[in-house]
Amino acid sequence: MTFSRTALGSLKKTLPLILMALPGLIYLVINNYIPMSGIIIAFKKMDYSKGILASDWIGFDNFQFLFSTPDAWIMTRNTILYNLAFIAIGTICALALALGMNEIKERFFAKYFQGVFLLPNLISMVVISYVAFAFLNTDTGFINRTVLPALGLSETNYYTRAQDWPIILLIVYLWKNTGYASIIYLASMSGIDPTLYEVARIDGANKWDQIRLITLPLLRPTIVILTMLAVGRIMFSDFGLFYQVTMNSGALYSTTQTIDTYVYRGLMQLGNIGMSSAAGVYQSLVGFVLVLTTNYLVKKISPEDALF
Amino acid sequence: MKTLYSKSEKAFSSGATMILSALAIISLLPFLLIIIASITDEKSLIANGYSFFPRGLSLDAYYYMIAQARVVLRAYGVSIFVTVIGTAASLILTPMLAYPLSRPDFRFRGILTFIVVFTLLFNGGVVPSYIMWTKVFQLKNTIWALIIPNYLMSGFSVLLVKNYFEKNVPRDLIEAAQLDGANELTIFFRIMLPLSTPVLVTIGMLTGLVYWNDWINGLYYINDPSLYGIQQLLIRILDNIQFLKSGAAGSVIGNIVVDLPGASVRMALAVIGILPILLIFPFLQKYIIRGMVVGAVKG
Repeated sequence: MTFSRTALGSLKKTLPLILMALPGLIYLVINNYIPMSGIIIAFKKMDYSKGILASDWIGFDNFQFLFSTPDAWIMTRNTILYNLAFIAIGTICALALALGMNEIKERFFAKYFQGVFLLPNLISMVVISYVAFAFLNTDTGFINRTVLPALGLSETNYYTRAQDWPIILLIVYLWKNTGYASIIYLASMSGIDPTLYEVARIDGANKWDQIRLITLPLLRPTIVILTMLAVGRIMFSDFGLFYQVTMNSGALYSTTQTIDTYVYRGLMQLGNIGMSSAAGVYQSLVGFVLVLTTNYLVKKISPEDALF
Repeated sequence: MKTLYSKSEKAFSSGATMILSALAIISLLPFLLIIIASITDEKSLIANGYSFFPRGLSLDAYYYMIAQARVVLRAYGVSIFVTVIGTAASLILTPMLAYPLSRPDFRFRGILTFIVVFTLLFNGGVVPSYIMWTKVFQLKNTIWALIIPNYLMSGFSVLLVKNYFEKNVPRDLIEAAQLDGANELTIFFRIMLPLSTPVLVTIGMLTGLVYWNDWINGLYYINDPSLYGIQQLLIRILDNIQFLKSGAAGSVIGNIVVDLPGASVRMALAVIGILPILLIFPFLQKYIIRGMVVGAVKG
């Protein structure tokens, strides 16, 4: 009797909380969990008339096809190399910018600079593709009509020259993301005890010594953690950067195709659901293993910064 | 304290200010180029291209857009509707899930938190999502396709709000309210939400930004021009400027004889697309930065 009464009591206590959590949970189930079960599509010969469940199983055929094409290698190479460049160069630029901003003691100017450098991060990739277009197009582009003639160089059709895009996309990426990343480093810098610098000054340390011997070593955990988390996402790319900024130009695929653009093109433009879903599952599974691995490493360094 | 700074440090500091000022100008140049391009005379654009120092200025691009206001206003309306509804729904769903997860005495706290965290680690990819939203829920070419998939509630925001509840709302306050006979909904609306406005403003801002800037849902789910938001209109016009003239949105646009000043109209539309962000940003910078700093590591 007492048992059931406490069970009833605890149900009365728990039920309202469950009901409150329910709408959000239902959304997660639909938006996230049902598509997870959809990875079986990659192992099927998808036939819309039969539906997903009744379509024929074909095992790893989709994966075999995918990895027998040159596309698999190109998109994997591009995704990883771009991410490595973004992580390495992006981190250095963000740290340099944060060190600079840390010198601005005037509150108004500090906020002003933060705002200016953050702004490119807040506009859509579509508008960024307009900006790139304004600089790069052949008819009216600033580079083609003003910069190249001034240098005595002839017109360049960037949207057909694949070899130029690694550097173009790196510049766009840095413009968009450096300010954002530097604000995070700046926040950690403001947490450093100022007496450390005063003591160093008394000992005759100049600014460069202070940066090298105090700021950077104390920022190391933040740098390591952000890098680890980025490495965990090395199989994923910013779809808009590689699809929209390149204006979906087919001539550029060799240097701009990433796993995300391949999945989109396979599904929406080529109607090749098998290859597209196989590429998606390949990305999700390798990505999952990488996230777990890097999270494990982050946990060893600094437990409170781990994702779980 | 000031006296402690040496000469070389002062030099370093003013050097940093100068370099940052130069970088700030470089960072703003792209914005400046599209703004100047939008008010450049079309003839000058055709002769010299987009330039920071145009020969002739003209507001023709903006006049043209006023003449074509139907297409632009409609897209603006779609974007505003999607942003407002999506953000509002997100601001209800997110804290309602975060609140039970923040209660140490909630029996299913562990498992439900895991369900939220796992969505950040693994996903099924776009192919199954696309098939589900189009075949099962029939969202293709409905306004809901711009609101519901992907952005309505993120596991990341839920964790952000949950942490905020745990750290900033005193346990005693909740217990005192329970002793007074308040039910969970009362506690949620009268205690949790009022004490958490900073985090709610932050996630509201970030969600609003995501909806305003989103074009990917539109790319997948919308090909009916009457449901184009501003970002999709921009994509369409970058591909083909004639779209503005073509009686988009199913309407026939009168006998406008003026030639389409294509090169400047494009950029004028881009300016209109970022205008709300430029206007709102200075007021909300603080909240956005706070959300980014907290979210960076856990994002």
